[in-house]
Amino acid sequence: MNSKTVLNSTRRSFLKGTAGVTTGLIVGFHMSGKGLAAANSSKGFMPNAFVRIGTDNLVTVIAKHIEFGQGSHTGLATILAEELDANWDNIRIEAAPADASRYNNLHWGKFQGTGGSTAIANSWMQLREAGAKARAMLTQAAATQWNVPVAEVTIDTGTIHHKVSGKTATFGELAEQAAIQPVPETVTLKSLDQFKLIGGKVVRKDIAGKTNGTATYTLDMKRPGMVIAVVKRPPRFGGIVKSYDTSEAEKVKGFVGALATPRGVAVMAKNTWAAIKARETLSVEWDDTNAEMRGTDQIMAEYKELAKTAGLPARNDGDAVTAIAGATEVIEASYDFPFLAHAPMEPLDCLIERTESGAEVWTGSQIQTGDQHTVATILELKPEQVQIHTLLAGGSFGRRATPDSDMVSEAAMIVKALDGKVPVKLVWTREDDIQGGRYRPAYHHTLKAGLDDKGNIVGWQHRIVGQSIVTSTAFEGFLVKDGIDATSVEGAANLPYKVPNISVDLTTTDVKVPVLWWRSVGSTHTAYSTETFIDQLASKAGRDPVEFRRSMLKDHPRHLAALNLAAEKSNWGGPIAEGRYRGVAVHESFNSVVAQVAEISLDNDGALKVEKVWCAVDCGIVVNPSIVEAQMEGGIGFGLGAILRNEVTLDEGVVEQSNFHDYEPLRIDEMPEISVHIVPSEAAPTGVGEPGTPPIGPAVANAVFAATGKTITKLPFSKGMPELV
Amino acid sequence: MITFTLNNEKRSVDADPDTPLLWVIRDEIGLTGTKFGCGAGLCGACTVHIDGEPVRSCQTSLSDAADQNITTIEGLEGKAAKAIQAAWQEIEVPQCGYCQSGQIMSATSLLAQNPKPSDDEIDQAMNGNVCRCATYVRIRKAIHHASNLMEA
Ligand code: FES
Ligand code: FES
Repeated sequence: MNSKTVLNSTRRSFLKGTAGVTTGLIVGFHMSGKGLAAANSSKGFMPNAFVRIGTDNLVTVIAKHIEFGQGSHTGLATILAEELDANWDNIRIEAAPADASRYNNLHWGKFQGTGGSTAIANSWMQLREAGAKARAMLTQAAATQWNVPVAEVTIDTGTIHHKVSGKTATFGELAEQAAIQPVPETVTLKSLDQFKLIGGKVVRKDIAGKTNGTATYTLDMKRPGMVIAVVKRPPRFGGIVKSYDTSEAEKVKGFVGALATPRGVAVMAKNTWAAIKARETLSVEWDDTNAEMRGTDQIMAEYKELAKTAGLPARNDGDAVTAIAGATEVIEASYDFPFLAHAPMEPLDCLIERTESGAEVWTGSQIQTGDQHTVATILELKPEQVQIHTLLAGGSFGRRATPDSDMVSEAAMIVKALDGKVPVKLVWTREDDIQGGRYRPAYHHTLKAGLDDKGNIVGWQHRIVGQSIVTSTAFEGFLVKDGIDATSVEGAANLPYKVPNISVDLTTTDVKVPVLWWRSVGSTHTAYSTETFIDQLASKAGRDPVEFRRSMLKDHPRHLAALNLAAEKSNWGGPIAEGRYRGVAVHESFNSVVAQVAEISLDNDGALKVEKVWCAVDCGIVVNPSIVEAQMEGGIGFGLGAILRNEVTLDEGVVEQSNFHDYEPLRIDEMPEISVHIVPSEAAPTGVGEPGTPPIGPAVANAVFAATGKTITKLPFSKGMPELV
Repeated sequence: MITFTLNNEKRSVDADPDTPLLWVIRDEIGLTGTKFGCGAGLCGACTVHIDGEPVRSCQTSLSDAADQNITTIEGLEGKAAKAIQAAWQEIEVPQCGYCQSGQIMSATSLLAQNPKPSDDEIDQAMNGNVCRCATYVRIRKAIHHASNLMEA
């Protein structure tokens, strides 16, 4: 990458002024006295919406994206600090308020929010420019103060120098002078070889607090007079409250009251345990008139029927039907994917307090704009009267990004019902979480392909049946085209392999189980079906799985490079220990490509252990290598637990699982050794939060295939392992 | 009134004796480093020490805590704890961080009792602590590293 000149087309969006004016501007972001106090604690200058430099020499980076483990806060601050040439030790990070006009996700239009592994990708140029402009103003401030030519002023690691005179100053010392400098029209960004922080070892800012108990999550928040609310939700999706009886609950010490909401009966108490206990004693009669009454077996049987006829076309290259009819060999496979819960470690929670000027919300807000509008609507306020404090969250994996503001709306409904008299902290228990829906949808896939006499694929037909995640949400216009929900077919419709005839079609089903994006969304199932099917075809063609893929990836250099790197690092094709087997998979999601080689051990009793995973990732320029590695490790562990044994099943509409004993996450003894290798790149950064997840399932399944000659097509693996051959 | 020692301080709490220690610590005393993950003894997010032994505070009632010597993440001290926390920071173990108080409590008592644990011993000691972010590779690495720090 070369040095770039960025034109400042939005000069007015850059705030400037003296320290006093700056403080005034900061107050504008906050709607309560609390914000004002925080703003007053640091004088200095705020050249734009993303950085504030205090006279105390602290550099505060304002993060528009939530930090829930993916390292966004550190990554965002690194990008800005790089162009600012700040001293990393002086950087602090603050969550941005809800304000879609300044803190929107540039990949989502006018929405502030985090998802689709876009935090770093959409902020890359925005924060570089913000950092570079602040730097330019500090440079100008030094030139003015010292009365020297601006070209002679340099900045290095948070110190401003004039070499000729030997003068130096900290950012803090020049902050007030910088605040009165004009915002530059254009700035020159660094070239790649000038990066010091980006790509280097930069200590995560959130680590210390996460090792001594001081990191604060929503569950840890307390407000004076606050009540804790838990909701008894209907046993079946779509059920509503008919009547309820609190006579037993009233005997629980600390019980405050109960009320019916559209989501179930809210039980309020003075403390969490009393709320949980009181809820247990509540008897509720439910109205199931509009509830989902089917079990998952029945739903899946219906999906199989639907798969017998074509759905709506998602891709049509050439004529797959005719090509397969004329093929030498025809292979078919069908797959069942279960509902999956996200089960973030911190169950959902949200605290809302009605204030004189509006309302304050404390939560792990993943879509601030949606959450703000939802609270405003329910509490009959203007959106700008709703202040959102985006707190650290104990994971999400998609769960906190509900287009209709799931837990936030529940908390708001309760606050509304209580006339805003007391702050309410809504808490979900693990049972609420596992049984609360918003699952990765269940899907049924059928695949059919033909090989010619040389073992080349001549035709490929892929049919997907399942629910749409985005239909009837605010994202529908954006993600549904001609009846195709892009999230249902991503990873399948863009199959990277060069096959002359491809058809992919989709049948969207009508089921009342609420569904949601789950770490890597469509790729959670499409990577599995396509990549295990490829291995079946390679085997039929008598070809090596890596070589077979390579031969069809000539037009996809990033796939090829990741695949080759994983193959090289694992010494693919080399000798492997007795009782060990290997499988490979490569998949693109969120504009990143990840290839993984999994080595398993498998014995005659079907005891499977994933021993080692080699992971190669192309995610463009790497901002923080340790975080990229962590996301690959975590993505692999998350995906592995799911394919091994996780499923949510329904019996006559009632969820059968309830906690970590029957929806058990991966544990430490099952975690493979992992080596992560980064494909060098000079392209802008792409996603890392999700792309590590899709390849692990098929890579492990392909290793099982290498051992047994059978592909596991009904997930999870715990449904049955094939026998060793 | 039930009395116990928490982080070297005598505490008396007036709550239902069947209240899990987890909620006593969080809601009554106001120390929030100890987390709620499952409420059923399945995840270890709520791990505290009683006389140095890791215990699931969601499964320990207030009455069982009477007269006990309890330590939470906030009161963790000693050589093993220092080494574990330093290693956790150096290896950058936490992602979302929500499980990590519990992980650190379990890892600290492992090291205090067994300063040079093998991979298998680590797996055994840490198996009750779920991490949904799957930071397990680094947890294992950090325990080995902490073990080396303690030796040095
Ligand atoms: S909260 Fe106690 S073990 Fe999960
Ligand atoms: S760091 Fe997120 S659950 Fe362990």
